[in-house]
Amino acid sequence: MTCGEALSAYAFRSLGFGERLLPRGDIGLCEQFVLIGSGLIWNVYFGILALCLGFFFAVTLAVAKNSLSPWIRKPAEWFIFVFRGSPLFIQFFLAYEAFVLLPRLGFDLNLGFTEITVETRWFARAWLGALFVLFLNTSAYAGEIFYGALRAVPRGDLEAADAYGMTGWAKFRRVIFPTTMRLAWPAYTNEAIFLFHATTLVFFTSFPAFQQKGDALYYAQYFADRTFNPFIPYPILAGYFVMVTLVIITIFGLVNRRLNRHLPVERRQRVRYRPNLIR
Amino acid sequence: MFETCADPSQLDGLHWFACYLTNGVHLRFYTAFLTVLGLLAVTAPVALAFGFAAASASRSHVAPLRWIGRIYTAMVRGVPDIAFFLFFVIALDQAIEWSVHQIQCPDWTEPIRQGANFTVCPQAKVPLNTAPQEVHEFYNFTLAVFTFAIVFGAFCANVLYGAMQAVPRAQMETAEAYGMSRRQAFWRVLVPQMWIYALPGLSNVWMILIKATPLLFLLGIEDIVYWARELGGSRTSQYAYPHGDWRLWYFLALLVFYLGFTRISEIVLGRLTRRLSHGQATMAGDQARKAAA
Repeated sequence: MTCGEALSAYAFRSLGFGERLLPRGDIGLCEQFVLIGSGLIWNVYFGILALCLGFFFAVTLAVAKNSLSPWIRKPAEWFIFVFRGSPLFIQFFLAYEAFVLLPRLGFDLNLGFTEITVETRWFARAWLGALFVLFLNTSAYAGEIFYGALRAVPRGDLEAADAYGMTGWAKFRRVIFPTTMRLAWPAYTNEAIFLFHATTLVFFTSFPAFQQKGDALYYAQYFADRTFNPFIPYPILAGYFVMVTLVIITIFGLVNRRLNRHLPVERRQRVRYRPNLIR
Repeated sequence: MFETCADPSQLDGLHWFACYLTNGVHLRFYTAFLTVLGLLAVTAPVALAFGFAAASASRSHVAPLRWIGRIYTAMVRGVPDIAFFLFFVIALDQAIEWSVHQIQCPDWTEPIRQGANFTVCPQAKVPLNTAPQEVHEFYNFTLAVFTFAIVFGAFCANVLYGAMQAVPRAQMETAEAYGMSRRQAFWRVLVPQMWIYALPGLSNVWMILIKATPLLFLLGIEDIVYWARELGGSRTSQYAYPHGDWRLWYFLALLVFYLGFTRISEIVLGRLTRRLSHGQATMAGDQARKAAA
């Protein structure tokens, strides 16, 4: 199989398009590159959606954990404790078993131009169920980061806000929130990197890869099993993930620069790698 | 196990549960928890040793040594750890068999890699095909431990390298002023002082390590995840203890186990931090000194 053929056959295999059978027998380098890259679509899908949705929930959690009322604080503390204290791997298994037990219901959802039926059994599929678990998980980790940053907002900033007569929502939106983000951003960058790494776990838990539609690691392991040669597929996978990591660092670095733009250069926080956020 | 359990179909309620939870397979499930603890007990010191060696190598004046240390340290940054787990288990196995093959069968002419096969001469199989089942299991477990140690050694190396850099420069300059050699300064000044800087990071690595133990399941070890899946699946009336699909409850038990384990670790590590801060030139050490005075 030439590289062009491999590209047309397997570029979107992980989504179910193209050649149905996975390569077997004589497996070339191109097929491995293309198929593992195709699997990366799922990692990016899980990573971006979980991160974007999780961001808002994480801010809510951080504010709730900082609340004075125990009725708001305790649930947030427990949520963060449970999701940070247990392995993501177990969370996936547990969530899958729970989702399977859900009653099989369907809801009709009117989107204006079209009508779709939302079914609860979608939760037993990776695209929704695993996304949901990843969303909760990253919310807990990011919530703890934001909470730490929230506690570290300098007193002077708050006093300045008071002096300007800001209260409540205006104070939060214009003073507390931006500073929290600025302080939390380097740690949050690491969280994003490790969330992308964590997406590789999805298809190694109970979530089934229907019709062999899997993520990058799923295909890498497929090739390692087929060729009994781990020295090709895993380095390819590593290359892809290093690329994803670099992209994340670049994007988050730009945001970090914007968050720090009012500060003199030597006081700016640099994004540094800290391996403290893997799950 | 107990005599009252001889005929489970006659039991009900609590008795049934007591017998169910103490039957043979459940005892193997409980020993799997010991496997996990054993893995942690062996891996943690080995990983720390790997990390220490790599961090020291990264500071070396010998260029190749420094490169090896740096590459090993950087290895885990961009790539998911689970990929390393899957990779090293096969790679180590093949490396061992290949080396034994070179020693045992020097006149073997056929290529080792034939298409999709990895063939070594029968004497070079590790463990030998004739070896009993326990040897195979032990070998697999050792490979898993070694794999864990390599990956977590790299995490430790990151932390320890940072800690070595964090020891105030003035301390090393003082050591030099006293006429200590590089080696003496390293062992007598740098190493004793770096632990307090390394502790927060090492605590994190320990937590990560605890939470990585279920991945043993992926390496083909019969660990707690394996047993939870096995035992939780529904049992028809052909079995002694018929029940529905209870996997949810088994995984819930695992979740609680891990939550408890990480919580206890957190408390112990917090105490350790306070102990190690004693007499250090840090804020915590200063506070401890003032409190004592």
